[in-house]
Amino acid sequence: MSGRDARAPKDVAWRRAAPLLLAAPLLLFMLAFYAVPVATMLMRSVSDPVWSLSHYAGLADDAVFQKVFWNTLYTSVIVTLGALLLGYPVALALVRTRRWAPLILILILLPFWTSVLVRSYAWMVLMGRHGLINEALLAAGLLERPLRILNTPLATQIAMIHILLPYMILPIANALRQIDPSLARAASGVLLVFVLALGFYITPAMVGGPREITLSMLIAQQVDQLNWGYAATLSAVLLATALAIIAACYRLPGIGNAFRMNTR
Amino acid sequence: MAGAGRGASVSLNDPEKRYDRVAAVAGVSLDIQSGEFLTLLGPSGSGKTTTLMMIAGFEMPTAGDIAIDGKSVVAMPPYRRNIGMVFQNYALFPHLTVAENIGFPLKQRGVAKAERAKLVGEALELVHLPGYGERYPRQLSGGQQQRVALARAIVFKPRLLLMDEPLGALDKQLRENLQLEMRRLHADLGITFIYVTHDQEEALTMSDRIAVMNEGLVAQVGRPEDLYDRPSSRFVAGFIGESNFLPAIVRGIEDDIVVAECAGALLRALCPGRPAAGDKVMLTTRPERLRFSDGAWQLPSPSGAPQNRLSVTVTEAVFAGERCRYMLQANDGTAMVLKEPSSAAIRRRTVGEQAEIAWSVADTILV
Amino acid sequence: MTAARFLPATVVGLILLFLAFPIVVVVVVSFSSATYLTFPPPAFDLRWYSAYFGSEDWLRPTWLSLWVAAATVVLATLLGTLAALGIARLPRALRVVAAGLILSPLIVPVIVVAIGIYYAFSRYGLVGSPIGLVLAHTCLAVPFVVTSVSASLAGMDPRLEQAALSLGATPGGTFFQVTLPLIRPGVLVGALFAFITSFDELVVALFLSGSGAVTLPRRMWDDLRFQIDPTIAAVSTLTIVLTVLLMGCAHLLRRRAERIRTA
Repeated sequence: MSGRDARAPKDVAWRRAAPLLLAAPLLLFMLAFYAVPVATMLMRSVSDPVWSLSHYAGLADDAVFQKVFWNTLYTSVIVTLGALLLGYPVALALVRTRRWAPLILILILLPFWTSVLVRSYAWMVLMGRHGLINEALLAAGLLERPLRILNTPLATQIAMIHILLPYMILPIANALRQIDPSLARAASGVLLVFVLALGFYITPAMVGGPREITLSMLIAQQVDQLNWGYAATLSAVLLATALAIIAACYRLPGIGNAFRMNTR
Repeated sequence: MAGAGRGASVSLNDPEKRYDRVAAVAGVSLDIQSGEFLTLLGPSGSGKTTTLMMIAGFEMPTAGDIAIDGKSVVAMPPYRRNIGMVFQNYALFPHLTVAENIGFPLKQRGVAKAERAKLVGEALELVHLPGYGERYPRQLSGGQQQRVALARAIVFKPRLLLMDEPLGALDKQLRENLQLEMRRLHADLGITFIYVTHDQEEALTMSDRIAVMNEGLVAQVGRPEDLYDRPSSRFVAGFIGESNFLPAIVRGIEDDIVVAECAGALLRALCPGRPAAGDKVMLTTRPERLRFSDGAWQLPSPSGAPQNRLSVTVTEAVFAGERCRYMLQANDGTAMVLKEPSSAAIRRRTVGEQAEIAWSVADTILV
Repeated sequence: MTAARFLPATVVGLILLFLAFPIVVVVVVSFSSATYLTFPPPAFDLRWYSAYFGSEDWLRPTWLSLWVAAATVVLATLLGTLAALGIARLPRALRVVAAGLILSPLIVPVIVVAIGIYYAFSRYGLVGSPIGLVLAHTCLAVPFVVTSVSASLAGMDPRLEQAALSLGATPGGTFFQVTLPLIRPGVLVGALFAFITSFDELVVALFLSGSGAVTLPRRMWDDLRFQIDPTIAAVSTLTIVLTVLLMGCAHLLRRRAERIRTA
């Protein structure tokens, strides 16, 4: 008649286990093909050639690393500021007008949906010796000879601002749309752009100068030369920097939304 | 052994629902008859919804048992219990038409398409929504959605229908109309309805019996008039309708009647228990059962029926449409409310006026 | 006064021009008859398109990218949808950890992910293999699927599943008849993002492609290192069209799902 305590324990166990069973395939997959590989690689920073922290200690005297690191930071800051400066007015416009909003949105989404490779290439076309900018300035008589725009730090900055601009505009617009717009929510755009800029590889490699390389480019170089220990150390530093920035801003409300958003 | 008639009988044998050490439901013992309209009534947190969910199978009792038509169902998952259920926010499937919504349970039971269409049509007629089959839920008003939810819950002819505050989201007028419709539906179908609400007026209107719940337990169960006229506890007296509470001291017992002193007068009340002389007790009576002794409005009562009388002062007089409400104060400070019809023939009392009120002993209960 | 009113609009207009212009330039150059990157182009010509379509050297990577992307979509959508369903019902602590792992590719710098995967895959012979690419791309694409499906799930009334169960649908039946139709837009949008993520992916491909599994972005990159010919502009234009089509669909799907839900 009456059964005391948990009924049909099978049913209860099933209900508890089911969510885990559903998520397990993906979790195991990502552990196997992503998390463990990255973790193992990062381990090389302390295990290659012997267990020690020498790689990290060595960074203090590593002029190349320091130059590259500060250059990366500097570029990221410039790019973030530039994107903020240009992005904020657009975000405002997007939120304020009703008539032009669809058009503005399309003009933001179109480059947003284009691959980084193609956009970087577009800047190569624009900034090359015979590119649009030079041709236009020459035709207008403002130049005698073509300028060297491509392969300079400026080129990297401009191109990166262009590519990251949508990542700045959309979160800010989102924040402005809230009933209670807060600076913190808009900051999620700034944070996103900065973190992305830190790790940028394709664009600096394509349009940047040979003397100004970013941390990600240095990492790639080292991997090509099979200096795994050093590459792992640099990767760890890059990752730690990104995480540190995120953690520092985590307190601000609304940051979580940036990552819950469908970025792209 | 199936219950006699079209409705299921439900036995709640002390099902309990505990979360850690907190008991949402702490043992409810109730036998619901076949074809009955029983309401679980109580404030939020009283455990009424949890009890309903246990009957439906969405919560598992941590102890105790629930039987439907004599068979224990606690081990049975909800999709095998063959119970109809209506939710507060209707829970209609937005991606299906009204007809597909109503036909859904039939589809799960393997009913053929033609037969399904016929039954769906009948159900739509039953809830007065003929021809609405091809619409989508988002195109319907709240009241219409609720009726579709009802149709969906009964189309497969369950013996038991559970309803979790289904009218909560509707406005007063609509609610009253639907209450009547549900009552009619119940009479037509003859199946057992278990209804959950916090609205005591709703419960009084619709139910055959009401189980008043508080803090996970059943405070009292009975017919609406029994709960109204003979509340068994202060909680029930206060929760259902409006009550006057008169603190008194027991002076004596005469058969089933207790004699107690309140505000200098000796009052008599119906008393189920056996309080001792000197006990402090609470008497309760309904505001509309009181009348002014010398007033034009008198309540009919069998001649010679014993009356309670009390001297009071009128502290407030409010005209509230069909009734006048008076706040009264006895000479020991006890506050009371008196309601009488607002007819031109009845003199309105003024604030500060002294008066004597009288009411039937049979309308006074010790709680 | 009048000028000041137009100033913000002009500024915004210029910035938007800045955003859109490079894309336009690429498209225009692709139709140019000049052999070097010059703008404006001298004449209209489809030569770069015929160069692309006529070259095995370009078509092979294109097919590979399409195949890898398709496989990634299947794998990522399957794993991601199941995971999203599971994560929604996990107790909070587990959910945070699981979501953290699944969404981390969005935060971890892609170069770190790339070399980490390269490091491990080179031990297992997965470099230069399409399978390696599919496995890696799936990990990169899955966050989009999970985010999209989770958003769909969150917008769904949980009582709907209870209602279905109460009406006699088994848990499986409930999933296929109620849950799945309602999250389908989320699944589709996630699938579209997964496709584009894989198709456009370059950094991981730089390391994993080797010589046996050269993707289209990888091919374009190699081309850019050694010469700059406008064939790339043609390829770029084609990929732009593809991406815009797919993303446009995703956008419309999301809008439509919103409309059905806000009823």
